[in-house]
Amino acid sequence: MNKKLFWTILGWVVGLIWIIPFVGVVMTATRPLDELLKGWWNFESFHPTLNNFVSALNHPTASLRQGMFNSLVVVLPATFFPLILATMAGYGFSRYKFPMRRTLFAVVVITLALPQQTIAVPIFQLMNWLNLVDTYLGLIIVHTAWGIPWITFFMRNFFTTIPKAMEEAARIDGASDIAIFFKIVLPMALPAIGSAFALQFTWVWSDFFLALILIYSPNKLLATQRIPLMRGVYHVDWGLLSSAAILVMIVPIAVYLLLQRYYIKGMIGWSLK
Amino acid sequence: MKSKAKYVLFFVLPATAMLCVFVIYPVARTFTLSFLNSDGKFVGLQNYTRIFSSRDIIDLKGFSRGFPLGALIHNLLWIVVHLPLTVILGLSLAVLLKNVKGGSLIKSIIFLGMVMPMIVGGVMINFIFDRNLGIVNGVLSIFRISGKSWTAYPDTALFSLIFGSVWLWTGFSVVLYSAGLETIPKDYYEAAQLDGASSWKIFTNITVPLLRPITIVVITMTLLWELKVFDIVYVATMGGPGGASNVLALQMYTYAFRAFDFNRSAAVAVVLTLSTLAVSLSLLKSVKDEQA
Repeated sequence: MNKKLFWTILGWVVGLIWIIPFVGVVMTATRPLDELLKGWWNFESFHPTLNNFVSALNHPTASLRQGMFNSLVVVLPATFFPLILATMAGYGFSRYKFPMRRTLFAVVVITLALPQQTIAVPIFQLMNWLNLVDTYLGLIIVHTAWGIPWITFFMRNFFTTIPKAMEEAARIDGASDIAIFFKIVLPMALPAIGSAFALQFTWVWSDFFLALILIYSPNKLLATQRIPLMRGVYHVDWGLLSSAAILVMIVPIAVYLLLQRYYIKGMIGWSLK
Repeated sequence: MKSKAKYVLFFVLPATAMLCVFVIYPVARTFTLSFLNSDGKFVGLQNYTRIFSSRDIIDLKGFSRGFPLGALIHNLLWIVVHLPLTVILGLSLAVLLKNVKGGSLIKSIIFLGMVMPMIVGGVMINFIFDRNLGIVNGVLSIFRISGKSWTAYPDTALFSLIFGSVWLWTGFSVVLYSAGLETIPKDYYEAAQLDGASSWKIFTNITVPLLRPITIVVITMTLLWELKVFDIVYVATMGGPGGASNVLALQMYTYAFRAFDFNRSAAVAVVLTLSTLAVSLSLLKSVKDEQA
């Protein structure tokens, strides 16, 4: 019995170690500077305040209010378009036999592993040629294309596990393949789409690299791009930086907590090929 | 069968077209750029010899002088330290937390590191290793060891990032191993306990071998993460001080968008791409072997 107690305590100590940095940023963000001089773990005086959050949201050169709004403007279409295109493609790969199917699918799988650095320069040149540098449309297009391989792969694996009986019955009733997809298949696929949504949404929100190379106007910068700007050159205002960090991470964490089951399923399905 | 072709086009063409124009073409273009000079003339492997003889990429003198050792060697160091740590931590925490009250809550906490944007992850690493507010120095001061901002010094910057990244990434291997543990039938454990096997014996003879497929996946995904690491380095140290924590992905960015040398950056990008492809193709191969 003592052994069990030992393991339980060990487990909780590990949990504590992992959560301490989070407690630290929350403390740093919510307490005035003079209370932090002896470390945020010192509680001789304790006067929590939300001032740092207000100044991060209204920062004169890197307003996070604007940044988070910009991020949403990009994230919503950059989640919706790859979801619909790749769900259709995943369905196509799982239900039809056509020439080059295997080759094409192999290409999809290979692109899954690529680093974004591989496409960076040509994407910049292509967007420059299309006059889409420093526009959200350009960034949304790249996110859509970048999200397609993994969602296609994920949805195709899902579709191969669900039986075709319903679709065949509908086909005998004279429904077209397109009607079958939208009326029968899509509703059945909602749990998988939920997983793909949770991951694509948080990944696009969290993206930094693609935004870094494509968006540069100060008022257009996304939330993640404003974080490096928040630190001073000579000294770091940790109160400001911690509250900015909390504001930017709270969105994907909320998605994770709300859609936890889907999120984890997606994470496992995404990696267990 | 004619009508089938129409449907195939409807379902598969839009996604494929996007993929070809905005992913496949840029990849091919990067490979081409790496064999050209800035005037577009073919120069063979010149860009590659340039980067591999550059101190940015490999700096062997660093082994006697101290950091930097070059981006490529930093990535290798990242693998040597980070890979075993996250795999072993992930497996042992998954086993430990399976039998602990509140274990799933602790797992969710550990997983938070994976959920936050990595640009925030880099800020968190700075925070953990900060001179005044960092918890590392907070603990060290108990033992009367005076601290510093660990990410700001050449000899500790890279290792601070690597250990910080263990804090961020371990959640991934914990979650995968936990999912794997669920698939091991209870009878195996019960039978082994009836035979009087010790917990350690059960762990090494049942748990570890049965989790082999998961281990392969965890190793692959972790390797990919270590090769691609960019955001946390960019925000926490910008590869500095003096290149002491530089990595390939950041070097590619600096060549391309700071020095505007697209050909040299393309060569770095190709090296990076080939290493990630080697990793993921060996995963595909081992999955195939396992199924055969």
